[in-house]
Amino acid sequence: MRVSLFVSCLVDQVRPEAGISAVKVLKQAGCDVSFPQGQTCCGQPAFNSGHLPEACRVASSFLEVFADAEVIVVPSGSCAAMISHMPSLFAEGSREKELAEAIARKTHEFSSFLVNNLGVQNLGARFAGRVVWHDACHALRDLHIKSGPRRLLAEVEDLELVNWSASDACCGFGGTFAVKHPDISVAILDSKLKELETLGVDAVASGDAGCLMQIEGRLDRQRSSIQGLHLAEILASR
Amino acid sequence: MKAPLSPERFESQAAEALNDTQLQDALQKATGLFAEKRGAAVDACEEWDSLREHARLIKEHTLLHLDEYLENFAAQAEASGVQVHWARDGEEACRVIEDIARNANATRLVKSKSMTTEEIHLNKALQVAEIDPVETDLGEWIIQLAGETPSHIIAPAIHKSKEQIADLFVEKLAIEPTTEVEELAATARKSLRRHFAEADLGVSGVNFAVAETGSILILENEGNARMTTTLPKIHIALMGVEKVIPRFADLAVFLRLLPRSGTGQKITTYQSILTGNPRPSDEEGPNQIHVVILDNGRTGMLAKAVTRQALNCIRCGACLNVCPVYQQVGGHAYGSVYPGPIGAVITPQLTGIEKTSRLPFASSLCGACRDACPVGIDIPELLLHLRAEIISRQSRLSARIAFRMWAWAMVKPWRYSLSTNLARAFPFLLPVGRWKVNRSFPGLAPNSFRKWWKDSS
Repeated sequence: MRVSLFVSCLVDQVRPEAGISAVKVLKQAGCDVSFPQGQTCCGQPAFNSGHLPEACRVASSFLEVFADAEVIVVPSGSCAAMISHMPSLFAEGSREKELAEAIARKTHEFSSFLVNNLGVQNLGARFAGRVVWHDACHALRDLHIKSGPRRLLAEVEDLELVNWSASDACCGFGGTFAVKHPDISVAILDSKLKELETLGVDAVASGDAGCLMQIEGRLDRQRSSIQGLHLAEILASR
Repeated sequence: MKAPLSPERFESQAAEALNDTQLQDALQKATGLFAEKRGAAVDACEEWDSLREHARLIKEHTLLHLDEYLENFAAQAEASGVQVHWARDGEEACRVIEDIARNANATRLVKSKSMTTEEIHLNKALQVAEIDPVETDLGEWIIQLAGETPSHIIAPAIHKSKEQIADLFVEKLAIEPTTEVEELAATARKSLRRHFAEADLGVSGVNFAVAETGSILILENEGNARMTTTLPKIHIALMGVEKVIPRFADLAVFLRLLPRSGTGQKITTYQSILTGNPRPSDEEGPNQIHVVILDNGRTGMLAKAVTRQALNCIRCGACLNVCPVYQQVGGHAYGSVYPGPIGAVITPQLTGIEKTSRLPFASSLCGACRDACPVGIDIPELLLHLRAEIISRQSRLSARIAFRMWAWAMVKPWRYSLSTNLARAFPFLLPVGRWKVNRSFPGLAPNSFRKWWKDSS
């Protein structure tokens, strides 16, 4: 299958290893992966901050870049959710709205694409360690992604998926919210992480680089040895 | 003296709440317990999703024909002997209630729990008119004694610990110090019974108003609303226009959703269905029944589907209990009568965005509120809608310039590469200062993904 990868600006600039791993995993799963060079951002920071004209401009440019893609795969639940919201940015009956609807239909979050479209679960990955899963809010509540990533992790050799009662609690990132309200953002995260140290885990895994930056940033500040990992990074490890 | 709470000071009020360890403890326990009970009640209800959808459709239909259903309700209520009053805003509603009291020479007033009376600041208005209102819901009574405002839609004193309540009772009611819940409740009961017996007038809220029959419904667990509406000779019920539902049979849907969402109960201890019929003066029960129907900004929300959905709200408080922001900062931080996610979307619509523009931004957009809402309000969608409206009307120039520059950089890959490489060379250009207060920032990777792609292909 020909897959166009939208890595997201955050993965591109802050966590390229997640994108590199996604490419490896998709190739391993038999996909012909391309990276449309014109891509930048989906417009989510402006959309969530109420700056709609700017969100529209960036979304339009995204739509042009991916207009001819057969299938778009995104290693981020929140960017995939943003793409699903794109049609709401454009006027009824406009060419852009039509294009946004078509693109929304062929866009898939990374784990969902593997499990639901390709039907793969075991990709021959090996990762030695105890891992908890963090359900990113937009993946969980906008895209209803819950069992897929867990099934993928369960198949990873030597990986022990540890049950975490706070796995579906918000990490407090919320994009610009994390900078606008740093104290509330971290209070939310600390409440989520309360139980984590008692679980004896090696890593928190998630499908969103934003959540991982938030969780890792806090764990690092607290000098914790627990690391953050993108699902793709685990699935690409051998 | 502390400055009064205001939605304009969300940030500082939230900071204060985060530093209040007692409050943190109370909030965590209470919201956790509510959310857990709600979860269990919802899980045990197989048809939950279809009930929610049914409720949403009833609300949507009613709101699209609101004028008709309100007129039907008023006509039915009047036919059963109720005096119906229409109030455009809070001030008008307060005046109506004052006038009823004045005409009856009533000065002693008991109240059962009603967020709508909080919304119109009825107690303050009554005190100015030299009428003495006594709250009879235990939580409301506690915060009235403490001179505070509710911090939760269904649990107004959620921010207070048992110990704080005991101290308050010792101070205000001169009781012997105790932290036994039974003794504290008995103290309240003793004091409240006297007020019930002496009251000339009872004011209640309304959970549902049935157009078909002119009935109003009040759900509660303490029996105080039953007493408020039956002991005094005059009963006044205040309702927002959105409380009306078409048919009596529709209650079969809402009465299953509301208690489960609010407290995790299958049914509240008391469900009072009041259908007019005032009694002659020499018999027991009120001889005057009034219903005050309040707009106060609600009809302004009817025009658009996105804003109209907020009028579906049945004030269960479920969205507060599951909200990560509310769980941390509590209700007072919002500085508005209605706190939490639903407060952040209805307050700006009821009172205008000028002084409430911070509220829609007080959310991580996690969507837990939308999942918990029993009447299908897409609160994140509304938050985004309000954010856009606020930004288009009053954004700071610096923010507008920043997002313009950002969009300029994002629409052309060469500009994107140029700016990200600039930020890589001069990391201070990245607007992440406040991130670093309490988290490490990884910085931009030495090599971007696109560079890897280019190099490896």
